[in-house]
Amino acid sequence: MTSTVRQPPVLSATALIAEDEPLLAQALQAELAKAWPTLQVLATVGDGASAVRTALALQPDVLWFDIRMPGMGGLDAAAELADLWPTGAGNKPFPALVFVTAYDQYAVQAFETQAIDYLLKPVQALRLVKTVSKVQLALASRAQEAINLEASIESALGQLRGLLVAQHGVPAAPAPRLSVIQASVGNAIRMVPIDEVLVFEASDKYVRVLTARHEYLIRTPLKELLPQLDSQVFWQIHRSTVVRASDIATVQRDEAGKTQLQLRSRAERWDVSRLYAPLFKAM
Amino acid sequence: MTHPITNTLLQWLPADCRGNVARRGGIVWLVALVIAILQTLVSPVEHAFDKSLVYSYAISTCIWLLCDPVRIAISPGLNTQPPYYWNFTPRAVVYMFASIVMGYSLGSLLGDAYSGQSTWQLMTLSPQRFWSFWLTSLGISCGFLFYFYQREKGLELERQATEARLKLLESQLEPHMLFNTLANLRALIAIDPDRAIGMLDRLNGYLRATLSASRATTHTLEQEFARLSDYLELMAIRMGPRLQYALDLPEDLRNQPMPALLLQPLVENAIAHGLEPKVEGGTITVQASHVGGSITLEVSDTGVGFDPAQANSTSSPDGGYGLSHIRQRLHTLYGDAGTIKFIADYASGTQASITFPSKK
Repeated sequence: MTSTVRQPPVLSATALIAEDEPLLAQALQAELAKAWPTLQVLATVGDGASAVRTALALQPDVLWFDIRMPGMGGLDAAAELADLWPTGAGNKPFPALVFVTAYDQYAVQAFETQAIDYLLKPVQALRLVKTVSKVQLALASRAQEAINLEASIESALGQLRGLLVAQHGVPAAPAPRLSVIQASVGNAIRMVPIDEVLVFEASDKYVRVLTARHEYLIRTPLKELLPQLDSQVFWQIHRSTVVRASDIATVQRDEAGKTQLQLRSRAERWDVSRLYAPLFKAM
Repeated sequence: MTHPITNTLLQWLPADCRGNVARRGGIVWLVALVIAILQTLVSPVEHAFDKSLVYSYAISTCIWLLCDPVRIAISPGLNTQPPYYWNFTPRAVVYMFASIVMGYSLGSLLGDAYSGQSTWQLMTLSPQRFWSFWLTSLGISCGFLFYFYQREKGLELERQATEARLKLLESQLEPHMLFNTLANLRALIAIDPDRAIGMLDRLNGYLRATLSASRATTHTLEQEFARLSDYLELMAIRMGPRLQYALDLPEDLRNQPMPALLLQPLVENAIAHGLEPKVEGGTITVQASHVGGSITLEVSDTGVGFDPAQANSTSSPDGGYGLSHIRQRLHTLYGDAGTIKFIADYASGTQASITFPSKK
């Protein structure tokens, strides 16, 4: 047996920290400075939406994402980032992801099964050193094999799909199926049979409920609606969009890698995120 | 092995109150015996012991049956609720009075059957004696009702306090909160040891105070505000500039008693549902004020706000549990004088306002 000599891993790399508690962000940065002195932390942000924006702008090599953050959490932010990550020439591969969480046994199990790196808060020096060397190895092998952009995104998405399923897939009690959507229109409540609904689309504080001809606004968040919908009938195609599967007419992918679909009964085009794109394959 | 008829009857009584019903029946029978003995001792000529005993047992058993097991069995019709069924709805009050009259009449008839006398005749022959019997029975029945009511109310208060204590322990030991606080503490030790000591003292004070105060059902407003201050300060260290808070307790209300830990769930809700989801954070204000004979406590936040329908529904474990539980505690302690109002708005956050009578 010949012992393989491990090359010293990439020493310099850039990072982004997303953590909403300022002291913890500061502490992680201080610990990282010891465990990985050449890692350059480009920015520290405190919420998921800023994390996505900043990561797109700075294109760091490593992301340290807290799971619970105001607005968008770490998992959703990572999925959104994978969706928006540019694939054009001259862009970097999708960053290595490390999730940070205080306590969440379901998430930790999911991390283990998806082989995603994670850290438990309080972050301990020894554990951090291990994680750092794993990330360094991953970056090094990526550099040697010159993994293409799409593949780096696809592998991250594969892991995230597993995580998101684990996150949402364990309801405390199976929710009863919705049969009618109760939407307030002025002072009245309009009862909209679920069979007429084609699209649920989350906007800032509302969910738009679209039928072939009408549009209603409801306040129940999409996250709470989803478990009450039949997943065979309604497909989630984007973080903020759920459509009636039987009404989908065409799904198209353009050169930039963006996928869009069109319904039979409505004129709009709907973005399909990379996370859900595998739903659509030719038979 | 119980008789099938007993089984059928028992079906009507929820299992968890059978023991109490039997216990109350036992007390009633004991007192019936004492009354019969007393009656015979006081006027042995008019009251043969055996007859006194039969009347006493017949009347007290009939009244007890109607006032206790039957009342529980028909509780849906009386609008009374578990676990103890002792809330005095108008229907329940009317029913209680009617069942005392009915129980008395029925018991007297049974006694008459044994003694061969007629209570009806007694009413016409010697109305004074009849009415003195009747009033004595009414008085004893009311005494029992009052005693049992107080007892059950005490148990109910104890149960609610236990529940509040458990809920509090759960939220304190909520692993996410605890580990995040410890992680912050660990970070502070390296950066700012003095602040770390301060934070540790807060955590210490918070845990100690809740554990000891949770044994009392009431404490002073000053103690309540001290607890909130510990909790909010811990959260403020964690959330940094995203959490601002203000506590306003007027000097003259410091020693005013209040239900222990009543505001804690409201402040936790304000953070968990109001400020934590909001990227820019916000302010929590806790205010005590005194108008006329009542105290008003207000918890308001400038967070994201949430759907009032959700806040009041029992299906939402955080908002719903907290509010309905507070409402229940207020009602048990103060009746209609204790109220909680909850205003939620998507634009301006939430405001909860509790009012109860002051004591002095």
